[in-house]
Amino acid sequence: MRHHLVLRVVAKLLIPLIMLFALYVQFHGDYGPGGGFQAGVIFGSAFILYALIFGLENAEKVVPSGYLIALVSAGLLLYAGVGFAAMYLGGNFLDYGVLAGDFIAGQHLGILLVELGVGITVAAVMIVIFFAFAGRGEGDDEEEDDTATEADPVQDLASDSSGKA
Amino acid sequence: MAWLGHFNYWIFVFLMMAGFYTVIARGNLIKKIVGLNIFQTSVFLLYITMGKVAGGTAPIVPEGGSEGVVYSNPIPHVLILTAIVVGVATTALGLALIVRINEAYGTIEEDEIQDIEESGDKKERAT
Amino acid sequence: MHNLFAAVMLAGIYSLLMASIFVILDAVDVAFTEAAVGAGISTVLMLGTLSLTSSREKIHVRPSIIPLIVVIATGGMLLYGASGMPEFNNPDAPVHQHVAPRYINVSPVEIGVPNMVTSVLASYRGYDTLGELTVIFTAGVGVMLLLGRRRRVKKEPDASADSTAKTGQDTPESNAKTPEVST
Repeated sequence: MRHHLVLRVVAKLLIPLIMLFALYVQFHGDYGPGGGFQAGVIFGSAFILYALIFGLENAEKVVPSGYLIALVSAGLLLYAGVGFAAMYLGGNFLDYGVLAGDFIAGQHLGILLVELGVGITVAAVMIVIFFAFAGRGEGDDEEEDDTATEADPVQDLASDSSGKA
Repeated sequence: MAWLGHFNYWIFVFLMMAGFYTVIARGNLIKKIVGLNIFQTSVFLLYITMGKVAGGTAPIVPEGGSEGVVYSNPIPHVLILTAIVVGVATTALGLALIVRINEAYGTIEEDEIQDIEESGDKKERAT
Repeated sequence: MHNLFAAVMLAGIYSLLMASIFVILDAVDVAFTEAAVGAGISTVLMLGTLSLTSSREKIHVRPSIIPLIVVIATGGMLLYGASGMPEFNNPDAPVHQHVAPRYINVSPVEIGVPNMVTSVLASYRGYDTLGELTVIFTAGVGVMLLLGRRRRVKKEPDASADSTAKTGQDTPESNAKTPEVST
């Protein structure tokens, strides 16, 4: 459908930039504003934008549900795992100083891993919640935009087909 | 009481009461959730204004070291960061419950739900 | 305001304004999170809920006066209690005295991270952040249990909480509006 063309082209340009920005915020949380939560939300919103423009079926093909649920728990396990690794290496729970040789290097490593865990879980939870809301009311009526089959706007313009009847 | 020095508390109380009124006076469930969000945001404003120091800057150490730099207090920022994220978790769960309530009762107005419940109770007691 | 769509949009604008106010008050991390979460995720989820339910509020015929009285009384008591609080922008307030100077002075040296909020959040108070992550995890699990992971028909006869639904099933009778009454 032609009036979705601008949205689709702009979304294709923007979604990689949004993911890149989310990674930037995640790893520069030590040196500027940012950190795990903000990065997770921004990364999740990139996938939500994809699901809004290209349809829920395509989005569920990009991120299968099994992997998504595994990622939800993986971040929390990473965080707790860092704590237990610190205990295993001789310190207290979540004592980052014993993770590397130097105290300051251990702190850096601990904060990096912990923020990564936070970012993974927050991104996965945002995507899961949006898919749960969006997948609820579909039922037996069709999707409004016929974007389930084609992925190229140029092809759409040339073929002028309306996917599902 | 110094009226002008406490103006952040005036704003906080006004916003909090606006959110509180929306929660208890409106019957629509989605408006209650919006009112709850306003209530939460007013509490965030209270903590952040309590942490601000005159002439301070954001609590990030600049490149050239930190001699003579006045910072704002970072501890309320940490507490409010956690509170914002917990707030969105609560909102998401509340909205999911509203969707299920709508599927079960067909409405999201509080008094209509109460009428359906009461008529169901009367039918049960009549048997 | 009886149009719920307008109310949700105004709530999103309100979150964005609060994020700007947080920037003016030197809370850059908080502003970032509030803008991303309040104006982003919260608005999207509310719009999703609106699309699954109705989008207009019912108009009430009689106004309610008791909530107004309760709200004014509570506001008055809060203002009376706030008169004893420290003034705005005062560096001698008790909140700036005990733990905060230690964090500000020692954390760039002890932890080596320039962003003090990250160092407090991830290292000094890392246990609380673990609890916060558990709260987000629980919210995700809760929404998954409530709304399911597969698509369901909109009006299904039994509204019991069984989330392993069938995909795209057409039920001819749709009487979900009457609750289950055992006679």
